[in-house]
Amino acid sequence: MSIETIILLIPLLPLAGCLVAGLFRHQIGRAGAHWVTIVAVALSFVFSAYIAWEVFFNDLPVLNYSVYTWAIADGLRFEIGFLIDSLTALMMVVVTFVSLMVHIYTIGYMADDDGYQRFFAYINLFTFAMLMLVMANNFLQLFFGWEAVGVVSYLLIGFWFKKDSAVRANLKAFLVNRVGDFGFLLGIAAVVMYFGSLDYYEVFGRVEQVEGQTISIFGATEWQLMTFICICLFIGAMGKSAQVPLHVWLPDSMEGPTPISALIHAATMVTAGIFMVARLSPMFEASVTALSFILVIGAITALFMGLIGIVQNDIKRVVAYSTLSQLGYMTVALGVSAYSVAIFHLMTHAFFKALLFLAAGSVIIALHHKQDMREMGGLAKYMPITTATAWLGSLALIGFPFFSGFYSKDLIIEAVKLAERPGVGFATFAVYAGVVVTALYSFRMLYLAFHGPTRMDEKTRSHAHESPLVVTIPLILLAIPSVVIGYFTVVPLLFGGVLADAIIVREANDVVARLAYKFDNGPFAFGLHGFVTPVFWLAMLGVGLATWIYLFQPHVADLVKARLLLVWKVLDRKYGFDELYQNVFAGGGLKLASGLSRGGDATVIDGWIVNGSARLIALWSGLLRNLQSGLLFHYAFAMIIGLVAIVASFVLLR
Amino acid sequence: MLEWPLLSLLIWIPIAAAVAILAIGNRIESLVRPLALIATVVSLVLSIFLYVGFDNTTAAMQFVERMVWIEAFDIHYHLGIDGLSLPLILLTTLIGVLVVVGGWTIVDRPAYYMAAFLILQGLMVGVFSALDALLFYVFFEAMLVPMFLIIGIWGGPNRIYATIKFFLFTFFGSVFMLVGLIWLYLHGGSFAIADLHQLPIGLTAQIWLFLAFLIAFAVKVPMWPVHTWLPDAHVEAPTGGSVVLAAVMLKIGGYGLVRFSLPILPDAAAALDWLVIGLSLVAIVYIGFVALAQRDMKKLIAYSSISHMGFVTLGLFLAFAIARNTGEVSGAGLGISGAMVQMISHGFISGAMFLAVGVLYDRVHSRQIGDYGGVANTMPWFAMFAVLFFMANSGLPGTSGFVGEFMVIIAAFKANFWFAFLAGTTLILGAAYSLWLVKRVFYGNVANDAVAALSDLTRREWFLMVVLAAFVLGVGIWPFPLIEMMEASVQNLVEHIMQSKLS
Repeated sequence: MSIETIILLIPLLPLAGCLVAGLFRHQIGRAGAHWVTIVAVALSFVFSAYIAWEVFFNDLPVLNYSVYTWAIADGLRFEIGFLIDSLTALMMVVVTFVSLMVHIYTIGYMADDDGYQRFFAYINLFTFAMLMLVMANNFLQLFFGWEAVGVVSYLLIGFWFKKDSAVRANLKAFLVNRVGDFGFLLGIAAVVMYFGSLDYYEVFGRVEQVEGQTISIFGATEWQLMTFICICLFIGAMGKSAQVPLHVWLPDSMEGPTPISALIHAATMVTAGIFMVARLSPMFEASVTALSFILVIGAITALFMGLIGIVQNDIKRVVAYSTLSQLGYMTVALGVSAYSVAIFHLMTHAFFKALLFLAAGSVIIALHHKQDMREMGGLAKYMPITTATAWLGSLALIGFPFFSGFYSKDLIIEAVKLAERPGVGFATFAVYAGVVVTALYSFRMLYLAFHGPTRMDEKTRSHAHESPLVVTIPLILLAIPSVVIGYFTVVPLLFGGVLADAIIVREANDVVARLAYKFDNGPFAFGLHGFVTPVFWLAMLGVGLATWIYLFQPHVADLVKARLLLVWKVLDRKYGFDELYQNVFAGGGLKLASGLSRGGDATVIDGWIVNGSARLIALWSGLLRNLQSGLLFHYAFAMIIGLVAIVASFVLLR
Repeated sequence: MLEWPLLSLLIWIPIAAAVAILAIGNRIESLVRPLALIATVVSLVLSIFLYVGFDNTTAAMQFVERMVWIEAFDIHYHLGIDGLSLPLILLTTLIGVLVVVGGWTIVDRPAYYMAAFLILQGLMVGVFSALDALLFYVFFEAMLVPMFLIIGIWGGPNRIYATIKFFLFTFFGSVFMLVGLIWLYLHGGSFAIADLHQLPIGLTAQIWLFLAFLIAFAVKVPMWPVHTWLPDAHVEAPTGGSVVLAAVMLKIGGYGLVRFSLPILPDAAAALDWLVIGLSLVAIVYIGFVALAQRDMKKLIAYSSISHMGFVTLGLFLAFAIARNTGEVSGAGLGISGAMVQMISHGFISGAMFLAVGVLYDRVHSRQIGDYGGVANTMPWFAMFAVLFFMANSGLPGTSGFVGEFMVIIAAFKANFWFAFLAGTTLILGAAYSLWLVKRVFYGNVANDAVAALSDLTRREWFLMVVLAAFVLGVGIWPFPLIEMMEASVQNLVEHIMQSKLS
C-alpha cells in the first residue's frame, strides 16, 4: 500500500464502520457491531502509529496534498486534503488510541443498553470526524471536521433521548458551539478575503504581506487585521474548547454516557480549539493582542472553573470542571506562545483525563448508575483496579513529579513566568492558584469515592464489585501513558525540535526555547527538582487540605460551607452563567421571536397591510355599492341633495 | 440524440400526459398513477440527456429552439438553457418524480391531482428555458393556475383564504412585470431576452423597471415584507403542493432576478443593491426569529425557507458592493454561485422536510409540534432521516445546506463585514429553530397514544427519503459538478453586469 492509501484509510475505516454498524444494525447484531467498529478503529490506530513512526523516527517529509477538489468557484479553490506533519501525526495517534480504549470499554459500559449498535456507530463516526479535523490541510476541511464532531457530540449527549435533561443538554451544547462557530466562520471569511486562499500553507506564506493592514469595523476605528482575524478564529476555539464565557455546555454534556465524556468531552473534541490555535501558530504569532486575549480567557477558565469543581457532588461533574480548568491551562500556554507545551499538555491530559472519566464510569457501573459521591465511599475495598488507576490519573492531574501531568503543567507555569505581554501577571496568579484548587478537588473526589466510610445503602454495597475486564483493561492501558508519557516525550517534543515543522514561534516570543536549560540534565533531574518547587508545595497544600477535611474531619467541610455560605452559593450556582444565558439569550430570544411573529408578521404586515388593504377595498366598495342601490328614490334623493348643494355653493361663494 | 427538441419534450411530455390522464382518468383510475410516474421518469431521463450533452465551458445558450409564435409582436417560441437554468431544470424533473411517488396514496380525485402536478412541472421547465420575455411571462402566469387548484382542492380547512392570498400576491406582482416588459418592447422593439440584455436604458427608466421587476420576483422568492402568503399557502397545501412550492416555485423568483433584473438593468441594480441586500438581511435575521416562534411544523419550515431564500437574494446582489469595497470583482461570482447553489440545495432540503412532515401528517393528521414528542422511539429510521434533513437545514458542513451559505457569507464579507455578520447569525438561529423542532417532535418519551401507535417508514417513503438524503449529502460532499455546471455562465453574468448600460 502506498502511504497515501494508508493515510486515506485512517479516517475512512471508522466511517465505513459507522455506516455498517448504523445502517445494518439489525443484520449484524450487537457483537457484530462492536467487532466491526473496534476492528476499524484498531486498524486506524495501527496505521496512525505507523505514520507517526515514519514521521518521528524515519524523517518522513511533511506531506501536504489534496485528495479531491471540493469546488472551484470564482477562481477560489476549495479542497479536501491532508497535511501530515508532526503535529498531525501526534494528534492522530492520541485520537485513535483513546478512541480504541473507549470502544473496548464501551462493550462493558453499554452492555445492557438498547442502543448498543447505535452507540458504536456514533463513536466510530466521531473518530472519523475528529481525524478529518486534525488531518486537514485547509480551513474548509477544518470547519467540516469542526462541525461534524459537534454534531456527533450532539447526538451522543442526547444518546438517551428519552431523558429530558439529555436532550436539553445536547441542544444547549450545539447552540453554544454555534455561537463560537459564528466567530470562527467570520474569521475564515476574513482569511479568504485578505489571504485569497483556504490552504494553510498558502495562508501562512502570506502572513507577512497581510500583517500591518487594518480593518475598520465600527465607524472609523481601525483594528489590526491579524488581531481581528485571530480573535474571530479563537472565538471558535472558545466554543469548542469550552472557554469562559462559552463553557456552559460542557458540564451539561455529562448527561451523555460516560465513554463519550472520556472520548469527546475530555480527550479529543474539546481539545480541538487548542489544536486549531497551535496549527495556526504562524497566524497567531502575528498578533500579540490576540494572544493576550487568549491568555486572559485561559487564565480565567483555569482558575474559576477549577473552583466550581470543589463544590460538585456528582463524580462526573467534578471531572468535567477539572477538564474545563485543564483546558484553561492549555489556553494559557497558547496565550504565551508556548504552543508546543499546550499540545504536550493536550496529549498528557488526553490520557489521564480519559482515564479518570473511565474510572468514574467504572464506579458508576458498579453502583448501578449512581453518580452522587455522597452515596459512595470506601469503594477501594471492592474495586482495587479502578481505585489504583484513579489514583494514578489523579496524581498525573495534580502534577505530581515524574507523572505525565507534572511535566506538562510545570512547563506551562514556567512558560507563563517567562512571558512578557499584557495579562501575564493575572495568568501567573491564576495558574499558581489553580494548582492548589486542582489538588483539592482531585483528592476530595478520591477520598469521597474510594476511601473513608461507606455511605451507600446495603443493597448497592452488596452488589459493588470490580468491573469486568473490558473495562479494567482500558483503564490499565490508559494508566501506563498517564504515568510515563511525559517523562519519555518531554525533551524531544518540546526541546528536540520534533514539532518545529508545524509550530512556528517568533524569536521574541519563544519562551519554550528559553526553558530548555532546565532539561540540560534530562527529565529525571527535572523531576527530582520538582519536589522542591513552590508548585509542588502548593499541590501538597491542596492534597493536605483534602486529606485533613475529607479523610479525617468530614464535619469541617460543612463548617467551611456554613462560614463561607456566600462563596459556596456563588460556586454552586456556577457564577450565574446558566441563569444569565437562560433568561437573557434563550428567554429573551424566544420573547423576541414571539413578539416579532405576532407583532411584526401577524399584526403589522398581515393585519394592517395585507388584510388591511383588503378591508379598505371592501369598505370602499361597500360605500360605492350604496350608490348603486337600484332604488329610484335613492337616486332622486341624491339628485336633490346635489342640486341643493350646487345652488347653495353658488349663492354662498358669490 | 442531440437533435431532438429536448426542452420542448421536457415541457410538453408532462402536459400531454396530463391531458391523457384527464381523458381516461375517470374511467380507468388504475392507470392514472403509472402513467404519471412514467411521464415524470421519462422527463427525468431526458433531463439527464440534457445534462450529459451540456457544454459547461461556455456561457452561450444551448439546446436552442426558436419558432415564430405571434408575428405581429415579434413574439417567439424561443427556448434554450445555460448554466443558470440547467440545474433548476434538473431539480424540477427530480422533484417531479418524487411528488408523484409521494402522492401515490392520494384518494381524492387522483387523476386531477396528478394532472395538475404534471402540467405544473411542464410549465416550470418552460419558465426556466424560455428565452423570449413574453413566453416567460406566459409560463410564469400559467403556473399559478395548477398551484391554485392544488391548494384550493386538496388543501386544508383554511384553503380558500390561502389560495386567494397566494393568487393575489403573485398576480399583483406579475402585473408590474408585464408593464415593464411592454415598456421594454416599445423601447427596444424586441421580446428576446438576449436583446434586452444588450439594450441601453437610461438610469431613471432602469430604476422604475427594476422596481417593477423586483415586486414581481420578490413576491415569488418571497422576500420580506411580501412573504406572508407563503406560510399560509404551505400550511394549507397538500404535501406534494408544499414540496413543489418550496423546492421549485420559490426558485423562480431568484431565477427571474438573475435572468432579468441583473443583466437587463445593471445600473439600477447597482444603485438599489442596498435595498435588496437590506431586505435579504432582514429576511435572514428577522424571519429566523419568527421561525423560532412557530408551533406549526409547516409554518416553521415555511419561515425557514424565507430565511434561506434571503441568502439567495443576498448572494445575487453582492457584486456591486464588493466592487465598491475592494475595487475588484473577485468574490462577486462567489456570491452568485453561492446563491444558485443555495437555491438547488434548498430545493432538496425543504422538499425533504415537507415530505417528512407529510409522513407524520399522514399518520397523526396534525402538524402541531405540541401533538408530537418522542417520535424517535416508534420511528427510529424516520428519525434518522429527519435529523439529517434538519441538520442540513441548519447548514451543517457535509450537507448541501452548508455550501451555498458558506459561499455567500464569504462573498458578503468582501462586501461589508456587517453583511457577513448578520448573515452569519443564521448559524445560530437556523440551528435553534431546526433543532428545537427536532427536540420537541422526535426526542423525549412517547408523548401520547398517537405517537405510540406510529409505524416506521413504508417502502415508498424510504425511497423518497433515501433519494433526497443522497442528494443532500452528495452536493454537500462534492458540490464540484454543480458549481462547474454554472461557472461559465456566472462569470459571464458578472462581466456583463459590471458594464454600465448608460450611454
